[in-house]
Amino acid sequence: MIHKFKQGDMYFVLDVNSGAVHVIDEIVYDALEYYPQNNAISVIRQLKDKYPEQSVKETLEEIDYLIEQDMLYTDDTYVNSIEFQNRSPVIKALCLHVAHDCNIRCAYCFASQGDFKGDRSLMSFEVGKKALDLLVSHSGNRRNLEVDFFGGEPLMNFEVVKQLVSYGRSLEAAHNKNFRFTLTTNGVLLNDEIMDYVNTHMSNVVLSIDGRKEVNDKMRYTISGGGTYDIIVEKFKKLIEKRGNKSYYVRGTYTKNNLDFANDVLHMVDLGFTSTSVEPVVAKPTDSYAIGEEDLETLNAQYDQLADALIERHNTDKAFTFFHFALDLSQGPCVIKRLSGCGAGSEYLAVTPEGDIYPCHQFVGNDHFKMGNVLAGILDFGLTNEFKNAHVYNKEKCRACWAKFYCSGGCHANAHNFNNDIYIPYDIGCELEKKRIESSIYIYGKLNQNQEE
Amino acid sequence: MKHIKTLNTGTLKSSAVHGGCGECQTSCQSACKTSCTVGNQECEKK
Repeated sequence: MIHKFKQGDMYFVLDVNSGAVHVIDEIVYDALEYYPQNNAISVIRQLKDKYPEQSVKETLEEIDYLIEQDMLYTDDTYVNSIEFQNRSPVIKALCLHVAHDCNIRCAYCFASQGDFKGDRSLMSFEVGKKALDLLVSHSGNRRNLEVDFFGGEPLMNFEVVKQLVSYGRSLEAAHNKNFRFTLTTNGVLLNDEIMDYVNTHMSNVVLSIDGRKEVNDKMRYTISGGGTYDIIVEKFKKLIEKRGNKSYYVRGTYTKNNLDFANDVLHMVDLGFTSTSVEPVVAKPTDSYAIGEEDLETLNAQYDQLADALIERHNTDKAFTFFHFALDLSQGPCVIKRLSGCGAGSEYLAVTPEGDIYPCHQFVGNDHFKMGNVLAGILDFGLTNEFKNAHVYNKEKCRACWAKFYCSGGCHANAHNFNNDIYIPYDIGCELEKKRIESSIYIYGKLNQNQEE
Repeated sequence: MKHIKTLNTGTLKSSAVHGGCGECQTSCQSACKTSCTVGNQECEKK
């Protein structure tokens, strides 16, 4: 399987099963429409009005060479690979909902504005401790374990966050584990003490902001209805400045209200937030801010604009990264990881303040997906297997898709929310993801082309 | 080659043999939380 596309002034072909990427000229782009499924004579005839015969012949020879070298039309042999068949995922990551409460209100909040459709509550140290114990005991011989402090707003339960970090560290040596703690926060409660703690103990921090003041404040506001932009921006600047080279993301959501979201990313970059991630809202089709198929053309043009801005600013003092453009085309994750997907429900679990276990944070509050409780020590391995088996070869749409080794089948929660089936991916999400992958390849091509010039 | 410039030769096949250690980051933990991009995760064996 191959995927060819044009972006900007460049043509590309991706060999899906090997991961090889080639910059091609227009003749190759046109020839691949007919070749190798048709013979050379037929292709030369098809293209005779556009290109000289000799050029087409040269082109077909080059295509043949790449096929021989396993860099074009490579077979997919992974589904039967022993490594894939024998994989036995263990739990290695937890999303700890330390607070089902929030100090702001976001119009699009999937957590029902902080309470996840339940009572507002904070996780006790005891419940968090049991969750970490469960993680360690179910992680087999995996050394690196991840714990994200999530909410609601996790800083509303900061003392328990600190206690759990200390407890996690106390488990490391005896069990040969390395905890990587992360925090996702709206920033309102950040102060010097918390910033210093976060910068010392959290390997990554995700700071929520949607971009320009008017965009952010329309969707992210305080309980009394005021915008949050002015409260958080200076705090984020200070935290990032103090953080040095440690990893962080400013992370935003775009909606129908800001279809020109590239301007929001660039606004954040101009504020000095150079590690960015902005994503489409997950909403019901009936929500006024929901993204529809009619928006795809506009959104694709925004990704084009963002890719061009990233290239233009590369190696300048305005350089930035965008999470979904950061594909490592030269290596990246192994194919086993790419086939297995995000790991929700099998490698990754979410735990509520009450200790209830769900496949991921997006499923919290949906009883059908409740897998157990850390206090009772129960785990529904039936659901674990259902999620483990929801990989790209078991999804009809994914099997035939060129993007499957980059998105790995997409988000299970999106699939469930839109199609009531974790095996049927969410179409709009797929289209946007494909555009982001093409943009990543385009950026890679442009930056390498520029380096040679 | 005159018409094709290879940007990278592709490592997926070799990664099938050496991969699967599972030490890498869980994709949703990093920065997305609402969509899934696995291709941008880093390999811990790198």
